[in-house]
Amino acid sequence: MKQKEFNFKDYIRNRYFPHIWCPGCGHGIVLGALLRAVHELGLEKNEIVVTSGIGCSSRISGYVDFHTLHTIHGRALAFATGVKLSKPSLKAIVPMGDGDALAIGGNHFIHAARRNIDITAIVMNNRIYGMTGGQFSPLSGSGKKATTAPYLTIDRAFDIVDLAKSAGATFVARSTVFHATESKDIIKKAITHKGFSVVEILTQCPTYYGRKNKEGDAIQMMEGFNTHTAKIGSKKLENNPNLIQRGIFVEDKTVPEYCEAYDQIIATAMKESL
Amino acid sequence: MAKNKPSEPRTKNRIRHLIDTQWCKGCGICIHFCPEKVLEFDEQGKAKAVRPEDCIACRLCELRCPDLAIQIIMDKEDNHDHP
Ligand SMILES: Cc1ncc(C[n+]2csc(CCOP(=O)(O)OP(=O)(O)O)c2C)c(N)n1
Ligand code: SF4
Ligand code: SF4
Ligand code: SF4
Ligand SMILES: [Mg+2]
Repeated sequence: MKQKEFNFKDYIRNRYFPHIWCPGCGHGIVLGALLRAVHELGLEKNEIVVTSGIGCSSRISGYVDFHTLHTIHGRALAFATGVKLSKPSLKAIVPMGDGDALAIGGNHFIHAARRNIDITAIVMNNRIYGMTGGQFSPLSGSGKKATTAPYLTIDRAFDIVDLAKSAGATFVARSTVFHATESKDIIKKAITHKGFSVVEILTQCPTYYGRKNKEGDAIQMMEGFNTHTAKIGSKKLENNPNLIQRGIFVEDKTVPEYCEAYDQIIATAMKESL
Repeated sequence: MAKNKPSEPRTKNRIRHLIDTQWCKGCGICIHFCPEKVLEFDEQGKAKAVRPEDCIACRLCELRCPDLAIQIIMDKEDNHDHP
């Protein structure tokens, strides 16, 4: 059977559009990449559950026409864990902000990775708290301006890829909204991967991060994602190893997935109690 | 690929740019990154395909539009895969 041509209107809740995000906000590009990934994988809408917390990024769960839960700031992975354990057949996708995932939600993040539960976490990293007015996040890095750092930040940033790797995530990747097709392809692989997948997508908040740090408008910020990143294994990276690396860093299929491991424990316990 | 028609000398595939001006927020991303300079702002500051005949249907505009406001529609004449 030939697949129907992609039309994002088949996958969104039309009534909530135009969406709430600012002009040029990169979050919408991540939304587009996610919808295309779902389409190309040929998934049915009711096979997917999108769980999100609170933040501009987290609004995404309102826009997609899948099963959705819009929960509380930082706890989307905890809710998704509950849903996944009760209905392991669902594809669990958790779009998150950098603050949501790694400030208030950092604890849930590392433990979901450690368990290797089959959830796809998409961290929409704009290096700021967009929704609440531009406070710095654990991803801002030092020497940046934010509402809460008028004289520049002093905190160092996490490296999401390194953190996810060391916490035990079995699929870890990074892309940017400039690289929309690459993002889509990586999301497809992440959804297909059985285990905890982390996809960091660098995205722009022109309203706060861009304006405060004089990084220009959305277009210039996207140009920056092109200039300051390089694909792993590329000549560009070889020539300039300090660039931010893009690509798939971990894809490990040997670690047991949490729901399956849990089922085995249940089976063992049932046998014992007979 | 469909044959060029004499009446549409440069439009090989009959590409339509469906732009929802209610959804477009005028960020200019599609205009800036279009490799063929097909798009420009209209009087309202919304994206508009001013040189559609130059479009190569790369879909970069569609992929990068943060507002899902632009769709590239290909009207294929030899359309054998109709649903
Ligand atoms: C428990 C709790 N603490 C704080 C907040 C306020 N709050 C809402 S969104 C947010 C941060 C948003 O930043 P991020 O997660 O990076 O998402 P973005 O808006 O940048 O996409 C904060 C602190 C909240 N809603 N709930
Ligand atoms: S405040 Fe920033 S993150 Fe939030 S919608 Fe606006 S541009 Fe996007
Ligand atoms: S499809 Fe490509 S060439 Fe055509 S308008 Fe969009 S970006 Fe330009
Ligand atoms: S990228 Fe989308 S929202 Fe921005 S100007 Fe183009 S059509 Fe409008
Ligand atoms: Mg953020």
